Amino acid sequence: MYGGGYVFCEPDVHGQPDDPERLAEFEARIDRGEKIEPQDWMPYEYRRQLIRLIEQHAHSEIMGALPEGAWITRAPGFKRKLALIAKVQDEVGHAQLLYSAAETLGKSRADMVNDLLSGKSKYSNVFNYPAKTWADVTVIGFLIDAAAIVNQVANSKGSYGPYCRALERICYEESFHLKQGYDAFVALATGTKRQREMLQDAINRWYRPIIHFFGPPDNESVHSKQLMRWKVKMASNDEMRNQFLDAYVPKVLELGLTFPDPELRKDPQTGRWHYGDPDWAEFYRVINGDGPCNAERLSARRLAEENGRWIRQAIMNPQQKFTIPFA
Amino acid sequence: METADRHLLSTSVDPRLQRVQRHATEFHLLEQPEEWQTFEVFHQRRRGEHHVHVGSVHAPDAEMALVFAKEQFARRQQCASLWVVASAHIHSLGYQNEDMFATTTEKTYREASGYRLRHKIQAYKQSVQHESNS
Ligand SMILES: [Fe+2]
Ligand SMILES: [Fe+2]
Repeated sequence: MYGGGYVFCEPDVHGQPDDPERLAEFEARIDRGEKIEPQDWMPYEYRRQLIRLIEQHAHSEIMGALPEGAWITRAPGFKRKLALIAKVQDEVGHAQLLYSAAETLGKSRADMVNDLLSGKSKYSNVFNYPAKTWADVTVIGFLIDAAAIVNQVANSKGSYGPYCRALERICYEESFHLKQGYDAFVALATGTKRQREMLQDAINRWYRPIIHFFGPPDNESVHSKQLMRWKVKMASNDEMRNQFLDAYVPKVLELGLTFPDPELRKDPQTGRWHYGDPDWAEFYRVINGDGPCNAERLSARRLAEENGRWIRQAIMNPQQKFTIPFA
Repeated sequence: METADRHLLSTSVDPRLQRVQRHATEFHLLEQPEEWQTFEVFHQRRRGEHHVHVGSVHAPDAEMALVFAKEQFARRQQCASLWVVASAHIHSLGYQNEDMFATTTEKTYREASGYRLRHKIQAYKQSVQHESNS
């Protein structure tokens, strides 16, 4: 799973200017709705932004598995345990698919993993918050996965072939994540008074990170227009957030639950959802490393890396060279 | 870093992390991390169907590639057989030659849909009927 909230890098002024003839050909192909494949010529900025986007998406899948993985041993009942194990395994699988897609653009997996471990690369902000109770896990499984689906379905219609193919498989698996999350969520919502309180508590904790999930309202820069034109960015953050609120707020309200935002309402005229100030300063604080769990998540990831090193080295063939995946 | 790590892990809500007693070694990145080969994966859903390319995996050898491919591409979907082949061993015509597949020549003579007979038969039948009526 992965949100928007993605901050594209600034245009690289040191990059080589693109050959105008090839650029025109490339843009015409995108306008015709055709996909770009790894062996095609592509603009320098297109490649650079896509590597960042797909890599960050991959890291988010890995880091997103941490808060839920922590609950496998405590999931209530055998069926929930099985479902959670399967979901966490899927998320790690998503990361593998996405790393492969990013690699077709020329950055090796080892470099991506190192950039995550060193703290250089970013991942979705939402995973820097703790899952304190089982109810948090149901909110993640239902609402965070739902939000991720909105984003991933949009991205799957983008222009880069390998990313679209990976997302197609991912979206298929996400529908199970959403369903099992909704099931666990409804179980608490229709349960005892104590269970409902626990769930309401979790919703209160996750409301702001969920609003943050799609990122701050987009700027109207030439740069972001170009990314839209190249179908790297498929919808504005606000569009996706609105689509999510429209589909899922009613599903929470109908269970008699509430959101901790008195300003949250849909404008019947415009069809747009209005919400209270979500404090974007907090969003930037967390993405720059100062969230409640940033250090813990990174630490857990580093621990896994260290513990796995010996076996990777034992089965490694030193003669081997990395090859870029073909498609 | 290390002291900070230990403190963090013991205050974590994750029981797996609470159990961890880290040794006083600092985490270090490998300068030359393990680089594995990539293998392309082909998946056959059912006997009788084609093997279809579904993606790639990293592995130190073909045997491990099959293990990873099974985990990654066959853990949910029906699967009768899997192939892996080193990415470096794929030969392709490449997109720079894409236009050789396009053609301005009429090619319907190669296709079943290029042979339409029903309207001729219909017209023939009608003319025969017309004759017999008159
Ligand atoms: Fe998911
Ligand atoms: Fe996912």
